[in-house]
Amino acid sequence: MTRKIRAGAFVALGATIALLAGCAGSGSANGGGDTTAAAKNADAKTITWWHNSNTGEGKDYYDQVAKDFEAETGVHVEVSAMQHEDMLTKLAAALQSGDPDQIPDVFMSRGGGELKNEVEAGVTRDLTDVAADTISKISNFTGQYTVDDKVYALPFSMGIVGFWYNKDLFAQAGITDVNPAPTIEEFNDYIAKLKAAGIVPASVGAGDKWPAAHYWYYNVVRECTFDTVETAIASKDYSDPCFIKAGEDLEAIVAEKPFNDGFLSTKAQEGPTSASGLLATGKVAMELAGHWEPGVTGGLTEDGKVPSFLGWFAYPTFDGQQGGAKDQMGGGDAWEVSTSAPDAAVDFAQYLLSDKVQQGFAKLDMGLPTNPTATDSISNETLKQLIPVRDAGGTVQLYLDTRLGSAVGNPMNDAIAQVFAGNPGPQEIVDAITNAAKSE
Amino acid sequence: MADDVTTSSSVAASPASSSPQTGPAILPPRVAGPARAGRRKTGVASWRKRAEIAFFVAPALVLFFMFVVWPIITAVQISMFKWKGIGPMVDFVGLANYVSVLQNSLFTDAIVHNFIIVIASIVIQLPLGLGIALLLNRKMWGQGLLRTLIFVPYVLAEVVAGVVWRQLLVPRYGGIDAIARALHIPTPEQGFLGTPDLALATVIFVLTWKYLGLAVILFLAGLQGVPEDLYEAAQLDGASWWQVQRKITVPLLGPTVRTWAFLSMIGALQVFDMVWILTGGGPVNRTSTMATFLIYQGTKSQQFGIASAASVILFVIALVLAVLYQQTILRRDTHPDQPRRKKKVK
Repeated sequence: MTRKIRAGAFVALGATIALLAGCAGSGSANGGGDTTAAAKNADAKTITWWHNSNTGEGKDYYDQVAKDFEAETGVHVEVSAMQHEDMLTKLAAALQSGDPDQIPDVFMSRGGGELKNEVEAGVTRDLTDVAADTISKISNFTGQYTVDDKVYALPFSMGIVGFWYNKDLFAQAGITDVNPAPTIEEFNDYIAKLKAAGIVPASVGAGDKWPAAHYWYYNVVRECTFDTVETAIASKDYSDPCFIKAGEDLEAIVAEKPFNDGFLSTKAQEGPTSASGLLATGKVAMELAGHWEPGVTGGLTEDGKVPSFLGWFAYPTFDGQQGGAKDQMGGGDAWEVSTSAPDAAVDFAQYLLSDKVQQGFAKLDMGLPTNPTATDSISNETLKQLIPVRDAGGTVQLYLDTRLGSAVGNPMNDAIAQVFAGNPGPQEIVDAITNAAKSE
Repeated sequence: MADDVTTSSSVAASPASSSPQTGPAILPPRVAGPARAGRRKTGVASWRKRAEIAFFVAPALVLFFMFVVWPIITAVQISMFKWKGIGPMVDFVGLANYVSVLQNSLFTDAIVHNFIIVIASIVIQLPLGLGIALLLNRKMWGQGLLRTLIFVPYVLAEVVAGVVWRQLLVPRYGGIDAIARALHIPTPEQGFLGTPDLALATVIFVLTWKYLGLAVILFLAGLQGVPEDLYEAAQLDGASWWQVQRKITVPLLGPTVRTWAFLSMIGALQVFDMVWILTGGGPVNRTSTMATFLIYQGTKSQQFGIASAASVILFVIALVLAVLYQQTILRRDTHPDQPRRKKKVK
């Protein structure tokens, strides 16, 4: 009897495996059209492209771009426009499978540690030579997409983080001449004046951790030279005192108590009580956020329009800082080409960075274009203010959690959130990064 | 099994305690007779019977294997590797992930939070649920309406309830703060969910609100099983309402309470949705649970080995507690003969 039960179990096991295999097989059909993927390597007439502009004008624009490319080159582009989180999940699954039929030919990348992992796993193509022309045009921004001196992705949008502020509330507090690049003293003066006028100076979504962490990242960009940060990341040695200084600066800012009530549990962008929502509804005077802020606040106002009162100034500078005054912190999106993709995919990625495509991209305010010929095409005047600051000649450091990868980034953000909760401290942040980096 | 011998035949007839190893000779033949005879039939018949069993059990077994056994095996496998989720799993690290999880103060804190929730759920919901169930069991006006109202939170999707409570608890602009302000009651500056010392208590409050309905409805169902004539007998003996509740209702509700406590315990160990929506495990990890730990520190940090190790530890803790509970407390209900026998010995 036991033997028969075992035999039965094996049959069940076999059936299970067959079923699982069946599920895995059918998964690729949803992923990106496996029949075309199989055929594509033969004649290279079809490539797959995943992006996250899945609504409205952005989606239509990208569909048109794909059609134009086909008209020019005869290569058909199979476009999959997905909601951002969906895209990340599907991309992770496709990359996990390691199956060339499932991995899209051209896909989005945020750079940093994530890209490094992909390079190590051998799924992403070295574009240094094959896309040399395009890279020379956008070389200011390829640094974050370079691993071991090889460029693995073409950044098509690069934004910077800074303070979005409510011009009306600032005026109400008697701050009329807002410095587009204030010092920390001027910044603290704004806070004092806003408080005196009974206005909550700033909102921060510390509940989501990363918005709070941006303060520390920016302090690092200010206090440390760009090379110090890069060397520290490469050697996993964060003993340079500038990192401690960044933490002390953060403690000083938190001690000013500029933040909204309940900031420790405030979300970044969800709903009117989120940090962005409080800015959009005129409940706080400013928020530290990236180039997405006009879009996000626009979605959180009653009329659905970007608030007309939005202004922008850069993160304050500190006395005696080592970092370049023009250096900024930000991040963007880039196009990666998979190792299994045909050469036409590289052409397409370059086509997406061409003057024409980038200008259309800028006109629709889909991001801050990296191609210099496209920056004048940005429609939104508030967004346009960021371009001269971004292109002032300094370097743009990537959000450090993205730069370091989430395995180090999350413990770092945790430690930074502790400082916002009034706990220690500068050394603990550095320790958290060092420990996570060493055990990675 | 030898225990069965000493007990009465009615107990031995329960399917759980009859077993092929026990010789039919020492079992009361009146009860076990027909079943034994069936098994001793010729080879063909028994083969058919086995085929029949296999036929009907196989689909369930296949599903069980696919969705329970296989994922557990895979989780154990992944937990032995350092794996970022891309490419092949090659970096075998043995038990290192377990060591690192168990040494991580964030995880041990999460375990502590889990156990606080387990204990608080039982300590708060048991008397409260029992009290409400006893009240609602009395004949009164609006009984059905009140029962429904108590049960409504449990019917709400956990995510929906979580979002509603999060909005209510928003400091300064939320509903709770508005009411408190109108009544001149001071509220914490960072809000109930944002103040590290209050956050876990607030989460427990919301969980109690959500799950009290389940306790009440289970207790009410249990109360229906208390025979009416016992009440009548007690009343004839001149017992007061309190005495009836204390000496008859509550003791007879024992099995229901013990089953509810079991469900509550397992639920509290695995709690994720409500915490994730309300606080995301924050502020500064003061409301983290093992489940939020494994999502945040594991999968969201691209450390699938760590996540799997944490999930295996969570599984083992839940399994050990479940088995212990079954063996000690629930045994009174599933094997009612044992405590009774002990009493007889005395």
